[in-house]
Amino acid sequence: MRVSEHDAAHEAAAQRVTDFLRRRREQIAQRWADAPLFRTVFTVSRDEAVEACKAVVDALAEVAADGRLEDISAPGFAAVRDQLGRTAASRARTGSSPAQIADEVAGLRAPVTELLRGEFADPSAPEAHEAVLTLAVLMGTLRLVVMETALDAGEELIERQRLQLMEVATPVIQLWDGIVAVPLIGTLDSARSQVVMESLLEAIVDQRAEYAILDITGVPTVDSLVAQHLMKTVAAARLMGAECIVSGIRPAIAQTIVHLGIDLGSVVTRAGLADALAYALGRQGIVVPGRPAAGASRS
Amino acid sequence: MTVPSPGPPSPVPVLALGDILLVTLPGELHDATAEQLQQDITERIARSGATGVVIDISGVDIVDSYLGRVLAEIARTAALLAARTVLAGMRPAVAITLVELGLTLTGLTTALDVDRAMRLLSDPVVERPEAVDRTEGSP
Repeated sequence: MRVSEHDAAHEAAAQRVTDFLRRRREQIAQRWADAPLFRTVFTVSRDEAVEACKAVVDALAEVAADGRLEDISAPGFAAVRDQLGRTAASRARTGSSPAQIADEVAGLRAPVTELLRGEFADPSAPEAHEAVLTLAVLMGTLRLVVMETALDAGEELIERQRLQLMEVATPVIQLWDGIVAVPLIGTLDSARSQVVMESLLEAIVDQRAEYAILDITGVPTVDSLVAQHLMKTVAAARLMGAECIVSGIRPAIAQTIVHLGIDLGSVVTRAGLADALAYALGRQGIVVPGRPAAGASRS
Repeated sequence: MTVPSPGPPSPVPVLALGDILLVTLPGELHDATAEQLQQDITERIARSGATGVVIDISGVDIVDSYLGRVLAEIARTAALLAARTVLAGMRPAVAITLVELGLTLTGLTTALDVDRAMRLLSDPVVERPEAVDRTEGSP
């Protein structure tokens, strides 16, 4: 019995807040439009900010009407999620930290609470108290929704940039007829080595390349996992009928490879990209006159 | 009207081009056909004294461990009969799958396409890097 009374009080409060939000939509929107969260984003016209605020008020009213005060996935928020995300993103771009944005959303509570209190003849009555509490819960949920949307947008951005980076970081260059090269830059993890392998094999087919040079000058460290990825790429290229040369092995990396006991025995390796190119050209029967300095030191 | 026979699949033809045998594998190769092919090639080498075998797998989408083993065995038996085997035209996706499976087919010589495979076999000077690499330091 007590529980249902309690629930009834909750429902009544939610209903009251819904009515209040719908009735005072205009005033709330006008007040919010001056809050830093909206004012700084909609700089062009105040009307635009007011419109955005009205949309948020409507969403809150719908969520309150559904009685899903604490549910951040309530359907009422769907309409404004996009807009809130853009607002939060543009605040983030101007250098606001997530905590600051959260504070700004929290700042929306004061003006609307004030308006709600004004609705009651006696602000200390239990109904008034209950309604203010309900509104506080609702505003807290709004804050969570904004933060969640902002974080989602951030994650999407990171994911997109990661993919872009992956594509940008693995170009396959044709050095000569039948010789292609991939300059590897950055850490070689399994996802990247997969992309490298695929684009290299495609290039081998497209350009009918018999020699493929993997240049690891830009790879900061070579551990056994990276070496394994390299060996796989070399093996796949060999299966296609192309010979792989690994170049750009810095002295420190050569020592690491030896210390780790990694066996690159079956892979042709060269110190620099130039040496690898000279080797590939030589194998094709093209005679490259030695570089003067190298020739002098050798003979 | 002839109805396609549901019996055993037809054997893979082995073409002779001079001293070289050319086999083009169909997209789908049954295990029985693969075994039959292995015998056919061995007999043809023994009979004709061919010096090279080119296996064109450009039409093959999937090479599983069984086919990988058959190919390696063809190469080994051919080598016993003094013929070199070249695997030609493997697709990138097939190469990636084989590497992921750990089947690197180390005994086999490979080429980008049939044309290069023929050239590789007809030119006795061209050897694969494994043999050349150690002596490569001396000009």
